[in-house]
Amino acid sequence: MDYFAQQLINGLVLGSIYGLIAIGYTMVYGIVGMINFAHGDIFMIGGFIALITFLILISLGLTAVPVILLVVLLVSMAITALYGWTIERIAYRPLRHSFRLAPMLSAIGMSFVLTNYSQVAQGARVKPIPPFITGGYTLHESQDGFVIQLSNIQIMVVITTIVLLAIFTWLVSRTRLGRDMRACEQDQTMAALLGVDVDRTISMTFVIGAALAAVAGLMYLLYYGLVDFFMGFVAGIKAFTAAVLGGIGSLPGAMLGGLAIGLIETFWSAYFSVEYKDVAAFSILIVVLIFMPTGLLGRPEVEKV
Amino acid sequence: MSGERILDVDQLTMRFGGIVAVQDLSFAAERRKITALIGPNGAGKTTVFNCITGFYKPTGGAIRLTHDDGREIALERLNDFRIAKQAKVARTFQNIRLFPGMTVLENLMVAQHNMLMRASGFTLLGLVGVPAYRDAEKRAIDLATDWLKRVSLLDRADDAAGNLAYGDQRRLEIARAMCTEPALLCLDEPAAGLNARESAALSELLLSIRNELGTSILLIEHDMSVVMEISDHIVVMDHGVKIAQGTPREVRDDPKVIAAYLGADEEEAMAVMESGS
Amino acid sequence: MTAPSTHTTKPATGIPALLKTGFINAVIALVLFSLMVGIRTEAGSEGQLTYWTRFGELASLVAAVFGGSIVIELLRQWIGPTGAEKLVPPAVQSGMSFVGRYLAPALLIFTLLVPVIFYNQRYILDLAILVLTYVMLGWGLNVVVGLAGLLDLGYVAFYAVGAYSYALLATNFGWSFWICLPLAGILAAFWGVLLGFPVLRLRGDYLAIVTLAFGEIIRLVLINWQTLTGGPNGVSGIPRPTLFGIPLNNSDEGLAAKLGIEYSPTHRIVFLFYLILALALLTNWVTIRLRRLPIGRAWEALREDEVACRALGINTTTTKLTAFATGAMFGGFAGAFFATRQGFISPESFTFQESALVLAIVVLGGMGSQLGVALAALSMIGGFELFRGLETYRMLVFGWAMVLIMIWRPRGLVGHRAPTVYLKKAQAISSDLVKEGHG
Repeated sequence: MDYFAQQLINGLVLGSIYGLIAIGYTMVYGIVGMINFAHGDIFMIGGFIALITFLILISLGLTAVPVILLVVLLVSMAITALYGWTIERIAYRPLRHSFRLAPMLSAIGMSFVLTNYSQVAQGARVKPIPPFITGGYTLHESQDGFVIQLSNIQIMVVITTIVLLAIFTWLVSRTRLGRDMRACEQDQTMAALLGVDVDRTISMTFVIGAALAAVAGLMYLLYYGLVDFFMGFVAGIKAFTAAVLGGIGSLPGAMLGGLAIGLIETFWSAYFSVEYKDVAAFSILIVVLIFMPTGLLGRPEVEKV
Repeated sequence: MSGERILDVDQLTMRFGGIVAVQDLSFAAERRKITALIGPNGAGKTTVFNCITGFYKPTGGAIRLTHDDGREIALERLNDFRIAKQAKVARTFQNIRLFPGMTVLENLMVAQHNMLMRASGFTLLGLVGVPAYRDAEKRAIDLATDWLKRVSLLDRADDAAGNLAYGDQRRLEIARAMCTEPALLCLDEPAAGLNARESAALSELLLSIRNELGTSILLIEHDMSVVMEISDHIVVMDHGVKIAQGTPREVRDDPKVIAAYLGADEEEAMAVMESGS
Repeated sequence: MTAPSTHTTKPATGIPALLKTGFINAVIALVLFSLMVGIRTEAGSEGQLTYWTRFGELASLVAAVFGGSIVIELLRQWIGPTGAEKLVPPAVQSGMSFVGRYLAPALLIFTLLVPVIFYNQRYILDLAILVLTYVMLGWGLNVVVGLAGLLDLGYVAFYAVGAYSYALLATNFGWSFWICLPLAGILAAFWGVLLGFPVLRLRGDYLAIVTLAFGEIIRLVLINWQTLTGGPNGVSGIPRPTLFGIPLNNSDEGLAAKLGIEYSPTHRIVFLFYLILALALLTNWVTIRLRRLPIGRAWEALREDEVACRALGINTTTTKLTAFATGAMFGGFAGAFFATRQGFISPESFTFQESALVLAIVVLGGMGSQLGVALAALSMIGGFELFRGLETYRMLVFGWAMVLIMIWRPRGLVGHRAPTVYLKKAQAISSDLVKEGHG
């Protein structure tokens, strides 16, 4: 039971990170109907920028942890967002009204570019950082000595995710930008006729998605203590799987899917085998889609005849 | 009596969530006759079509198709493609659904898929090129050519279907449905968007299909000139239920029909009354 | 976020506007590259991170963006606002389709002569074999993506199934290549059907992710099922192919000895070349035939409009499954060839990158066009090879190439569909009309 509870905590933390990335996929899909294959690499870039900012701040002699965290968060969100914005401009916007496979291949190409760019720019070796946020709480200790740990970093990941989700939900449901986004999702031509700046709205979608991915990158860096140039691919596929599992286009679905993938992976590793955790996640995706072809929270597709 | 009827719709009901699109609808279509299903927009006509052709699974009721040889098929139990394949019901769509990137001739060849599949020994014999398949393909091309002549599209045979004018596309879709050699042809607003001359040609085409080939036709149509001219029997629907049926003359004078149209759309009501005068 | 950038501004006129565009782009580049390029991190010997600055590189990159965006802007004004479209005027395009008629036979004859012309150039022969392998993979995937319009992001899985089928059957049971080749194809087709079942109801991007997941599952199983597949170490000592039982080696039993000529290792390379050429041509021949059979027309009709297919009595389930199975079978053949050519296979050869590469070949080729796919494979693999010297930059260049090619020609090299049957005259159909499928 204690073991189970511990795995539940670990799974939720991992799931939060996946969920943050998955939101980026789902938002872009909702508004332009394409799979942004480069999104996983945006997450990786976010992790790298966070790492480099950390290094600089520490070497400048800063010691106040909250200040460092805040600066790192803001810098990595800002620069990564610019990456998202630029990529949309260069690789996707010229293809917006093209046939559907073109932007997808362009996105796959962009993903290769980003992976290789960071390999060339920062080297192929894994980059570790020393544990930055330490300590935690012991929630429960059983007779046989098993301890349920809740580390500070885990608390931070979950709280950050919840806060971001709250801000984000507010953004989408209450602000002008959110209304524009929803309008573009429904019908871009009509939205444009009604005075919505479609280009700008789509750009902002990429910016927000990239910023959330940067947060996920920072969380990943803090939680696992390392980044490498290839981490975007696996995390990207998992997060995309999460988005599809939850029902692509649905924001709560992305978070739910992220949590589901995180939990599946963690529990499979804990009780069955670590090697097959990804196989388990993908298999469950396939099984879910067989029975629910539009994911857990996706709107059923009505076939117009 | 059942020998006279090709299609029996019995107490058909279709619900989407809480919305009742069709309720307890019963009607019959007679063999070698043209039956029209009319009614204001949103009356549930296309839903009935989708139930008959298997795109929707009815919530309740029975749809029975009786072939020439007396064989009866319960359509509500068949999947969409089996209805076309086994029950020999062909249909067209309100928003034309051709294969735009294929040529006109190819569209008609795809319609003969099941016949050609058998002739090609489910691909294996066709792959090695047996003469029997070549003969079958030639017959298929002949049938297609024949239909292209009927709908006067022979000159356009090698053009992309997507390049045809709107009226031509409508006729091609009917030709494509006929190439499946159906027992019952279901047409969903075949005259929509056609001009007066094209509508007249359509009426002529449908009459020739009935008279020369003996194919039974069920059609949904808003163009009252077409409906009144060619229909043998008319079923009027409103809000998912049948409100009247009979010959064009009977329907035209039925106050309920006029009321339904007046309540729905003035222009259409005028059309009904004008064609009655 | 309203800063004008190269892609939406109205054509800037005059030098100040050009400089402004260049300057803004340079500032964006400066922010993008500041940390990633300006600072280089590296893990030290004890795991601690160190960093050093590279402001020189940063400055030159930013300068390059400044200059580059001005050049692009000038080009854009020179060519016209729509740019890429006008690069290939319609007259040239129709001319290309005319050339296409003679290009294919000419290419074929040239290909047949490659071993004769380049007999002593092992490097070129190896490259030609590689190109042909991708031509075959492209043609195989073309059945699924180009004809049936079903998006498959996990095609490499079938390549892997074929390769491992041959490798394991040959190393464990000593079966010959010629027995294993059809088996590899059948096994791959079987897996194709197995994948086909769950995805039948899925559309578009759901299909994409499931096929991608399937490819990853196969690769992960190959890595982790160590007792069967040898895990990450792969399978080695895979037998070389024989000319129907006669080995191509230096022994007394070898082909050279039997023919009484001097043995040369090139014999085997030439044999492999003609083997993959034959396999690729078989794929091509079967595909061309299938297109003219009802099943092939049904695939294309499925791509155009699935609902209409069902209304015409076409069983869309089996139609999709046969497309998956056929495409997978060709992938399996190619995989078996790959295994016998390399003599060693490991899961590393079957990554998502391979799937993406083959898909890029199909889309660049112009979906559904056999000649286009062959040309795309030639230019992609050939182009890839040009950057062999710059190993680290290769994927960077490949990625940019994919992006730019898609922007330049989203419909691929050959933008026409040839009809499968005609009454009077076969007219090419513009790809603007051809649907891409929903899958």
